Amino acid sequence: MGKAFQKPKALAEQVTHYCPGCTHGVIHRLIAEVIDELDIIDRTVGIAPVGCAVLAYNYFTFDFQEAAHGRAPAMATGIKRVRPDLFVFTYQGDGDLASIGMAEIIHAANRGEKFTTIFVNNAVYGMTGGQMAPTTMPEQRTTTSPFGRDPKDVGMPIKVAELIAALQTPAYVTRQAVLKPGQIVKTKKAIKRAFQYQLEARCFSFVEVVSTCPTNWGLTPVEAIKWAQESMLPYYQLGEYKTPEAA
Amino acid sequence: MKGNEAIGEAAIRAGCLNYFAYPITPQSEVAEYLSRRMKEVDGVFLQGESEVAVSYMIFGAAAAGARVFTTSSSPGISLMSEGISYMAGAQCPAVFVNIMRGGPGLGGILPSQADYMQATKSMGHGDFRLLVMAPASVQEAVSMVMQAFSLAEKYRNPVMILGDGLIGQMMEPVEFLDDYKVAPTNKDAWATNGMGTRKSKARNLVKSLFLDPEALDKNNQILKAKYDQMKREEIQYETYNADSDYRLLIVSYGTMSRVCRTAIDNMKKEGLEVAMLRPQTLFPFPEKEILAAADVPTCEAVASIEMSMGQMIEDIQRSVQGKKPVHWYGKCGGDVPTPEEVTTFLHTLIA
Repeated sequence: MGKAFQKPKALAEQVTHYCPGCTHGVIHRLIAEVIDELDIIDRTVGIAPVGCAVLAYNYFTFDFQEAAHGRAPAMATGIKRVRPDLFVFTYQGDGDLASIGMAEIIHAANRGEKFTTIFVNNAVYGMTGGQMAPTTMPEQRTTTSPFGRDPKDVGMPIKVAELIAALQTPAYVTRQAVLKPGQIVKTKKAIKRAFQYQLEARCFSFVEVVSTCPTNWGLTPVEAIKWAQESMLPYYQLGEYKTPEAA
Repeated sequence: MKGNEAIGEAAIRAGCLNYFAYPITPQSEVAEYLSRRMKEVDGVFLQGESEVAVSYMIFGAAAAGARVFTTSSSPGISLMSEGISYMAGAQCPAVFVNIMRGGPGLGGILPSQADYMQATKSMGHGDFRLLVMAPASVQEAVSMVMQAFSLAEKYRNPVMILGDGLIGQMMEPVEFLDDYKVAPTNKDAWATNGMGTRKSKARNLVKSLFLDPEALDKNNQILKAKYDQMKREEIQYETYNADSDYRLLIVSYGTMSRVCRTAIDNMKKEGLEVAMLRPQTLFPFPEKEILAAADVPTCEAVASIEMSMGQMIEDIQRSVQGKKPVHWYGKCGGDVPTPEEVTTFLHTLIA
């Protein structure tokens, strides 16, 4: 009987620091599997964010840079412009991408920089202890919205995939989720498609992944999945928002 | 050539074919020049969306092993502080050119020397320094820009060229000598240039985070050792009229030092001897040399003449160690003091 499953070569032999039920581990694995399948480990450079995934570089076995908060798309731009042959992706959370880094992601996407961004949306700031994010749902309690997010005060959550898809420059923009096995399979396909576009030097690619944060939501991992499905998915709808072919 | 354009050309002649920048007066001409010129040499030109973004484009490219530079002016340089701190912590080389304008805040668009402390003491948070060079002519700007790349790579640290609006805007004859052209160093030991490029199974990681206190202390010790080496090996300065029995020692740099030369010539005509020590590197600072120059019997006092409210004066006072009084003269709105104004000031110190 042959090997049914193995750790991807691109994933390090390392126990992660992520919480039980955290979906970062799943997404890391999907990325590593795709890198193995596309055989691009020798020219891949990952860019880690500031957030729970700040130590992401410990979990991969290829070249990595550590960005300042929000600045990964600018660093990716620098790398791709001077070394277009390198395969570059950024891995970013809500605060990193949709708050402090909003200018950098919009402009990199608008310039059509040929890298890929994986955006982990779990509606909260994880690493710093559960503060409100631009993606926090209305009435969702966080440590800086203890009475629940009030849209009359701080507006509605930002739908980043839609925002980026509204830019005129062709791109691949999709929103996926990793709450159920079927979604995980689709997320991997989306990541592979995104990476393939980069290999063709075709366009900027963006994969938003609806994820959970049981610890900061104050829920068990199973409750967190349920909450994400019921509260996030109706708002953050899954699907392909833009493809370069349709341009 | 116009200073700004010469600076752009100097980078290309030094083998730097990658430029990311954001427009800001009085140095936008560098980007305008390079937007055409980089195409001619098959280089990389990109106007970023802000100086913040540009500083990280520089970081990413440098960390991937490319020779890269940017130019900006005071408020833009402030925006790059964070990125520069990250680059110093992660030990990445790059060249930053600050064509200083009036501040603080939006300030003015005319020349100043008011970013001295920012550049030499604290270009960002944390324990790090930049090697800082200050040209006093377009030709010197060219040679310093060319030197800067090899210095940045020698130390794996950002290097800053501190110019002012006058250097950027004025036109002077320039020669591009090959003296400072150095082939890029091999960065395979640390750069994220791809495992395949290095033919290595070991990956490279560029980071500035060291959560373990011992590891962070060690990183800071490594950085400090570099700055100590800079102090031993990289000091550059020039003197003017120092062979005379000078009664006053001026310390001045950049555009201001040229005005001081004329003032010194004026004073000489009146039979009053004044000398000048012009630092060419602001970090490392020529402390011993200034002390030695001030400590001669004929010298009665030292004057810091700078287009700021008194920033370099503190380094001069420290260097002189109280042996002679240190005075300051400066203007801060963007008007460059005239030789006559400087001469009038010098007269208040010696009759």
